[in-house]
Amino acid sequence: MIVVKRKPIKEILEFVKNSKNILIAGCGTCAAVCLEGGEKEAAEIKGLLNLHFKNEDKNISALCDSAVRLCDPEFVKDIKLKCNVLPDVIISLGCGAGVQMVSDIFESVPVFPGINTTFLGTNDELGVFSEKCQGCGECILDKTGGICPVSRCSKSLLNGPCGGSSDGKCEVDDTIDCAWQLIFDRLKTMNMLDKMQEIIPVKDWRTSRDGGVRAMVKEEAVIDKNEE
Amino acid sequence: MHQESNLKKVLDSGKFAVTCELGPPKGTDLDVVKEKASLIKGYVDAVNVTDNQTAIVRLSSIATSHILHDLGIDPIMQMVCRDRNRIAMQSDLFGAYSLGIKNLLCLSGDHQTFGNHPESKNVFDIDSIQQLSMINKMKNEKKAYCGEEIEGDFDMFLGGASNPFGDPYEFRVIRLAKKINAGAKFIQTQCIYDMDKFEDFMKMVRDMGLHKKTYILAGVLPLKSFGMAKYMKNNVAGVQIPDELLNRMKTAKAAGKGMSAKEGIKICVEQIKRLRNIEGVHGVHVMAIEWEKKVPQIVEEAGLLPRPEL
Repeated sequence: MIVVKRKPIKEILEFVKNSKNILIAGCGTCAAVCLEGGEKEAAEIKGLLNLHFKNEDKNISALCDSAVRLCDPEFVKDIKLKCNVLPDVIISLGCGAGVQMVSDIFESVPVFPGINTTFLGTNDELGVFSEKCQGCGECILDKTGGICPVSRCSKSLLNGPCGGSSDGKCEVDDTIDCAWQLIFDRLKTMNMLDKMQEIIPVKDWRTSRDGGVRAMVKEEAVIDKNEE
Repeated sequence: MHQESNLKKVLDSGKFAVTCELGPPKGTDLDVVKEKASLIKGYVDAVNVTDNQTAIVRLSSIATSHILHDLGIDPIMQMVCRDRNRIAMQSDLFGAYSLGIKNLLCLSGDHQTFGNHPESKNVFDIDSIQQLSMINKMKNEKKAYCGEEIEGDFDMFLGGASNPFGDPYEFRVIRLAKKINAGAKFIQTQCIYDMDKFEDFMKMVRDMGLHKKTYILAGVLPLKSFGMAKYMKNNVAGVQIPDELLNRMKTAKAAGKGMSAKEGIKICVEQIKRLRNIEGVHGVHVMAIEWEKKVPQIVEEAGLLPRPEL
């Protein structure tokens, strides 16, 4: 999932202070699971804005239900249809992709991010998230015991831990597990420690962001407009 | 211009090699480099030039190595993976070779959060093992990593680092083997204080026959004070200092001004003498950081003078 974190309310207030009609668009997927940008949080921000601007003539609304995915145009078009008048400003509580989709659909309306998009990770327990993937486009988890060194080693090393690995922790911060210690332990459990001897060759980063902006077209799923 | 590396000559001759480290200035004051160079010239076989160590911006390792080369000192240029992608690395290596630099130490590099630009982006396009393997290919096949011919000559005496005290301990010797397989002809270790553990590590190295495939230079770092010893033990990842040494430094501190430094040097000299007797240790790397002036004394008291002229 995409892990997100709400921006400080001060920053959000700054975005909307000069606008009259304010729409807060929540997202029902990742942002909601993160307890940062779903239905409940959209209502909460609406409440905070109402309180802050109580003496000003502002019209603040919050839109979100659990099915909404701000990264999907169909849902966002639906939100637009529900607006009786176009808002002056929209605060999107979706990830960076969601903010851009909302902006693409609303076009003339300024859309501001209400959350910061942080990383691709797992929801380890309620309220606890950790980074697991960097979207490099060429998965090597088969070689590393199911633990990703690209995203979980602070230096993205592919051939074992640097000299800074100490007591299972990373030299950067002792709250960070050394990914290569985890890989070593996991491979040992799997009786596959010989994998640690292999030299993983230089990576081709073109499948990552380094190859330019990425897009994917799944031909068989694309509806042929002419045939329709 | 491109005579052979002095370090390589000393190691190939079977003599016990001595290297030390020189940290470039945080700017362009070349007098700092020249002064440090004059302190150590003739006392060591080659000098490591750090590459923005602990991610603090300093005069480049290439420029500093070039100055040392001109002063008649054989530099070991360090190059970290933190700041350069494969394009910049190869280009800088051509530059280094063209300026007469013949030794290269490949390193991952300290993470930038330790340095004076913690907000910066890092590179880590390739890691230090891939770096060794890329440069080994460049020197053996005379081809750039992409496969295109290198115009002109290119060679480097290639080295890597090893931390016998990093975790997971069982993997350290495997990592060393990987570096050797990737092309490391010499290895410089992290500073050693726990001699028993290092002896154990060297036994694993010999059991795998690695000491016959590369030259191993054991790292020592003279302690200046009890405070420094405590700091290193508690704050430097991968450095282990036994209590016995800490106590010696503590006692020396109580003995009065100047006694700690004296004890630190004494410990360092004892360590070198012991390291010299370990089978498979081909030399010593004295990391007297910002204490270069003590290198001659350490080398002399360890009985390593005069240095061979080959």
